[in-house]
Amino acid sequence: MKNIIKIIYLTIFLFVGTYQTNAAEKEEFLKTDWSFKGLFGKFDRGSLQRGYQVYTEVCSSCHSMKYVSYRNLAEPGGPEFTEEQVKAIAANFEVIDGPNNDGEMFTRSAKLSDKFVKPYENVKAAQVSNGGAYPPDMSVLAKARSGGVDYIYSLLLGYEDPPSGITLEDGVYYNKYIYGNNIKMAQPLSDGLIEYNDGTVASKEQMAKDVTTFLMWTAEPHLEARHKMGFKAILYLIILTILVYFSMKKIWSRIESEV
Amino acid sequence: MSDHEYVPKSKFGKWFNDRLPLLSLASHLTDYPTPKNLNYWWTFGGILTFCLITQIVTGLTLAMHYIAHADLAFESVEHIMRDVNYGWLIRYIHANGASMFFLAVYIHIFRSLFYGSYKSPREIIWIIGIIIYLLMMASAFMGYVLPWGQMSFWGATVITNLFSAIPFVGEGIVNWLWGGYSVDNPTLTRFFTLHYLLPFLILGLVVLHIWALHIPGNNNPVGIDVKKPSKDTVPFHPYIVIKDGFALLMFMIVFAFFVFYSPNILGHADNYIEANPMVTPAHIVPEWYLLPFYAILRSVPDKLMGVIAMLSAILILAALPWLDTSKIRSAVFRPLYKKFYWILLVDVLTLGYVGAMPAEGLYLVIARVATAYYFIHFLVILPILGFKEKTIPLPLSITEPVLGGFPLASAVKKDESLN
Repeated sequence: MKNIIKIIYLTIFLFVGTYQTNAAEKEEFLKTDWSFKGLFGKFDRGSLQRGYQVYTEVCSSCHSMKYVSYRNLAEPGGPEFTEEQVKAIAANFEVIDGPNNDGEMFTRSAKLSDKFVKPYENVKAAQVSNGGAYPPDMSVLAKARSGGVDYIYSLLLGYEDPPSGITLEDGVYYNKYIYGNNIKMAQPLSDGLIEYNDGTVASKEQMAKDVTTFLMWTAEPHLEARHKMGFKAILYLIILTILVYFSMKKIWSRIESEV
Repeated sequence: MSDHEYVPKSKFGKWFNDRLPLLSLASHLTDYPTPKNLNYWWTFGGILTFCLITQIVTGLTLAMHYIAHADLAFESVEHIMRDVNYGWLIRYIHANGASMFFLAVYIHIFRSLFYGSYKSPREIIWIIGIIIYLLMMASAFMGYVLPWGQMSFWGATVITNLFSAIPFVGEGIVNWLWGGYSVDNPTLTRFFTLHYLLPFLILGLVVLHIWALHIPGNNNPVGIDVKKPSKDTVPFHPYIVIKDGFALLMFMIVFAFFVFYSPNILGHADNYIEANPMVTPAHIVPEWYLLPFYAILRSVPDKLMGVIAMLSAILILAALPWLDTSKIRSAVFRPLYKKFYWILLVDVLTLGYVGAMPAEGLYLVIARVATAYYFIHFLVILPILGFKEKTIPLPLSITEPVLGGFPLASAVKKDESLN
């Protein structure tokens, strides 16, 4: 048994070591309770639905989400809008389809199977409209930033006046949490910017939390299934390990007396 | 190959076995006499076999959905994560499986170092093991390039550029490796091809590794030769099978925690950003299991010498059976070697740590000292130690290790206890 404990120590030591080097950050991130963390972590349905609203009404004017389809909004483990709701949502957007039998491209309203409609045709068009900076695609953003959701949440709330002595160029803003403290995105959220459909008070913090939750879901749409399966898999493994341990004891007892 | 003649009972079995002795092989594998004092550090051979098979099976499944094209690779990985049934599970097992594979192989290697498993008559097993380890690193590196994220792209650029350090032909070799003038689509497709091929080469070498092991049989914590079969040994099945199985299950629990609860903790966030040749990430860091060698590479100011140092750090291991001049295998009976062993382990962990840090200031100094010590350990300390060290007398057999007031009785007992 002693050796097993040694093995576990070594494992923990190795991984904690690498983890800490990866997670080394300069500014402490703002903390909030994420319902999706932990062994049984699940998304807060209401928060996801509100987060989608923040994304569509605020972020989506610049940020694309090219890997997410409208149908995903109705799938289990996500915001779980009803199919009718999602069809109505999709119908608000127009996509170019075709060519039809006459060889013409045509415009139609979006269907469940369509990916989220992009705000810009291409990267260059996005850069031109945003002072040279490309607003990153948001599909996997929560996994593409060191610090993940805590970083995004902090960034959304991290706008400040620049400290004295620092002058910013036009179209550049000061943010406590971004690398180098300069960001080309203007402060996107302010209290009461939108009106939530479910009547929740749209404070800056509330919106930041909701949209970040939504981004976590778009980055990891099967997170709930993963947590659920993980619990079952590990429970199964632990029980099997215990059974095998006693079988091993029994088998080795045939010769252990000689040792 | 086997110490006894196996005769199948059935007529068909006998007919078949005379033509292809598969049944003899199966009998050899089940009866294979194994020292009964093997501790849990010896279970990592089986664990590594599991890791290899897991990587091959999940890898094949991923290859059915992955598209090796610079414009489509990143998207196809997202397709696997989102739309393929349990694609997220298969990919996370594969990605974390690589880390678990390396964790296990490092334990396996350091077990060999502690118990002197590389010494005569097991040099060939050891050298095949080093080749497997090299191929593992190559496979892992090329696999990390396939998702075509920022770290994939820039990692590939940095590592392939190392070849440009070769005098005269360096540039040409790099262009040949890339299939162009930068890391691009041709690089991706060939890396995919090789990433698919190498695991099967590893599998073949694993068969040789085990074959070579079955000639002298396992080393053991006491490190003395064992008569086979005897009361010092147990048949592989069921004794070792169940013990390996138990250890494997423990390993799988750790594995599962990573897959299900922190699948991205060992990766780098930048690899979820699609490769962009125009934007260089702030820090280009290899995966954790390559960090010690990365530290060695960066600790040498000259590029060519750095590459040579890094390669030597691995290849020096192949010469280890001859660099270690001591006839005593197990560190249990080598009090001085035991101390140096632990210093080496700390040294390698230190190299891993500084490999993840920027190569500047104190980190660079530490990296240089640790690199120097790494080579001193193998080239100076080990050869001298064999002549100078006063070793503890070896027991006569692993079942009777205690000969009247034997000083290290407790230590031997501990290594022998089965649980």
